[in-house]
Amino acid sequence: MAEHKRIDEATGTTTVGHEWDGIEELNTPLPRWWLWTFYATIVWGLAYVVLYPAWPMVNRATEGVLGWSSRGDLVKEMAADAKRRAPTVNAIAATALADLPAQPQLMQAAVQGGGAAFRVHCVQCHGAGGAGVKNLYPSLTDDDWLWGGDLASIEYTVTHGIRNPDHKDTRTSLMPAFGRDGILDAAQIGDVVSFVRVISRQEKASAASARGAALFADNCAVCHGAGGQGGRQFGAPKLTDAIWLYGGDRDSLTATVNQPRNGVMPRWGGRLDPVTIKMLSAYVYSLGGGEKGLAPVAEGTGADGQP
Amino acid sequence: MASPEDLSGQSAPLYAARKGVYPKAVNGPFRRFKWAIMAVTLAIYYATPWIRWDRGPYAPDQAVLVDLANRRFYMFQIEIWPHEFYYVAGLLIMAGIGLFLVTSAVGRAWCGYTCPQTVWTDLFQHVDRLVDGDRNAQVRLANGPWTFEKLSKRTVKYLIYLTIAFWTGGAWIMYFADAPTLTVDFWTGQAAPIAYGTVAVLTATTFILGGFMREQVCIYMCPWPRIQTAMMDEKSLLVTYKDWRGEPRGSVKKAQAHPGAFGDCIDCNQCVAVCPTGIDIREGPQIGCITCALCIDACDGVMAQVGRPRGLIDYCTLDDVASEKAGGAGRPIRKTLLRPRTLLYFGVWSAIGAAMLFSLGQRTRLDLAVQHDRSPLYVQLSDGQIRNNYTLKLRNMETRPRRVAVTVSGLPGAVLWTGAGMRENAAQRIELALPADSVTSIKLFIAAPGAGPARQDFTIATHGLDGDPRGDSDTIQFDRPEAGQ
Repeated sequence: MAEHKRIDEATGTTTVGHEWDGIEELNTPLPRWWLWTFYATIVWGLAYVVLYPAWPMVNRATEGVLGWSSRGDLVKEMAADAKRRAPTVNAIAATALADLPAQPQLMQAAVQGGGAAFRVHCVQCHGAGGAGVKNLYPSLTDDDWLWGGDLASIEYTVTHGIRNPDHKDTRTSLMPAFGRDGILDAAQIGDVVSFVRVISRQEKASAASARGAALFADNCAVCHGAGGQGGRQFGAPKLTDAIWLYGGDRDSLTATVNQPRNGVMPRWGGRLDPVTIKMLSAYVYSLGGGEKGLAPVAEGTGADGQP
Repeated sequence: MASPEDLSGQSAPLYAARKGVYPKAVNGPFRRFKWAIMAVTLAIYYATPWIRWDRGPYAPDQAVLVDLANRRFYMFQIEIWPHEFYYVAGLLIMAGIGLFLVTSAVGRAWCGYTCPQTVWTDLFQHVDRLVDGDRNAQVRLANGPWTFEKLSKRTVKYLIYLTIAFWTGGAWIMYFADAPTLTVDFWTGQAAPIAYGTVAVLTATTFILGGFMREQVCIYMCPWPRIQTAMMDEKSLLVTYKDWRGEPRGSVKKAQAHPGAFGDCIDCNQCVAVCPTGIDIREGPQIGCITCALCIDACDGVMAQVGRPRGLIDYCTLDDVASEKAGGAGRPIRKTLLRPRTLLYFGVWSAIGAAMLFSLGQRTRLDLAVQHDRSPLYVQLSDGQIRNNYTLKLRNMETRPRRVAVTVSGLPGAVLWTGAGMRENAAQRIELALPADSVTSIKLFIAAPGAGPARQDFTIATHGLDGDPRGDSDTIQFDRPEAGQ
């Protein structure tokens, strides 16, 4: 190729000797500062290798003089974030749960923090967004509550759980297995189911439901109320509405009266700190079914305030 | 021509040191034009962040502010939100087409007059003249030994370089925060680390690129000359040495001795001496020529002295070169500028600008975005109604708090309430107070009768209640359980 080298007339520069369809390459010398830049990158690279993790060894890379690691960065960032959140967390801790809705910003922070905790501890049963699972776990977004939907009741439920036999403050009740234990026979259960379907406006009144009314008054009203309006001190669901955890059709109701489920929820008081439980309660309260407690709750004002 | 043996590589160096460029001071119309442009561009750069613009109590009073922390871009009367970034994209497209327009009309005018690298290099070259003297003194000093005088002059010069560079870096950060506050914070050590870092980096780049790299940035580093070369045609203005008039070169004395044997170029080398990139324009168009036209000033001055017509070096198109070589006359500048290509670029450029101005004038500053919560899609309520949950984002982009109403239509029997409200107080319309210049995120609950289609489209709308009734609306679904569930 060298025999094609020549000096380009226009520039006075040597060509490198290649030629492609008449296009030639000039052998223009690199600027010297470019060379120094190249040396500088080598120096930079050497310094980097010494200061930071670089050489892969058998088990792990060399650690570098600075001791930097991405895990270390994460620890620092988490600590910084905990520090950033501390004032809000402290403010939530210092505020009574019932007073939270009156402070929209604090309430919003609590709902967000509770949402994060919910996604870790609660979604396994109650589902993302508290949707619940049909026939297994109640929805937390509707306006029907077994044990009460005001902030204090929710907090109590989260703290002490439901039907924890080893815990004295737990919410507990036991619906008898009317069918399995022979308290009512199959015909009587059919009558009671008819009555329940009448008060929930799914069936018209019949002779069976009239017989069921008497059975209901004797066996069920003590917990579910005389009219089936439910009893929250026993976690006894309202039987007159459209919401059925275990199904409101005849077969489902018969199965429930035969052998009730008596659902269980762990108590979180021993596992989560009080602030997290407070935030969880605020989150569940905010899902759409939150009820006002006994203490009057001030209307929110400002950004999220409804007139 | 050298023989191939001479070219075997021994003589061709791999690396070449920079040849010093010591441009001589020159005066003339183009130099004065460059002065004016330097004054205007530097003034715009340094002064803009200090212009105040009253926007009321809820927005900053800086006329031009890129508020990265709060994601707002203020430019006088215009406030741009992040989702309106297409305005910035439009500005960038206009800048691009503007460069095409300028390039096709007047060649590399951007390089020659307004490019920051050119403006700051020019400024630093004036510093050189101020401290070291003009071209000859600079060459003498550069080639001379390191005497006390050279040392002190270099020290003074580099200190001035550094001052300019620091000032340049310092002005940049003022665009990103309230300038007076940031200045105080900066000098009291209260500013963000990124501010100090930015100033340090820009001081270093200005010092190095303006003080030392200079024309090498244009020749080796900048992609723009290459792109520009592709955009020029035979009707673009170039700084041209009219060799058919100038060659062969000869001094005035020689020309007097042999009338008619020599061209107009007296080979005084003034065009080379004044060139800020150190090229010889008489070698023809080349990548190193930024078309700053200082050689035109120099040559015109010399031509006036020797009593020959001006314009031996002049702005000229390739078409004119051909016609003048053939003995014809060049076309007037106006005709060069007004041709279909430049008019087309100008048309596109101004159409984009007009469209942006129109849409800026038309945009509503109240925006609504609705998201249907998916978990759960619907909630069975105890009275048989169905509730759907939505996340409603209301953007109040005005710099005043506002009262707005939110309504639904197309969903019979629907009532709505927010996360802070209760179903007992639900209504067909809710009113909200939105803080100034903010996005308000609201949990919106809508309950409707349980009988109805499993999926139904309806509209959520918002409108202002305080003077400006304009607003925004969004169509979204309402879900119910499928029959049998």
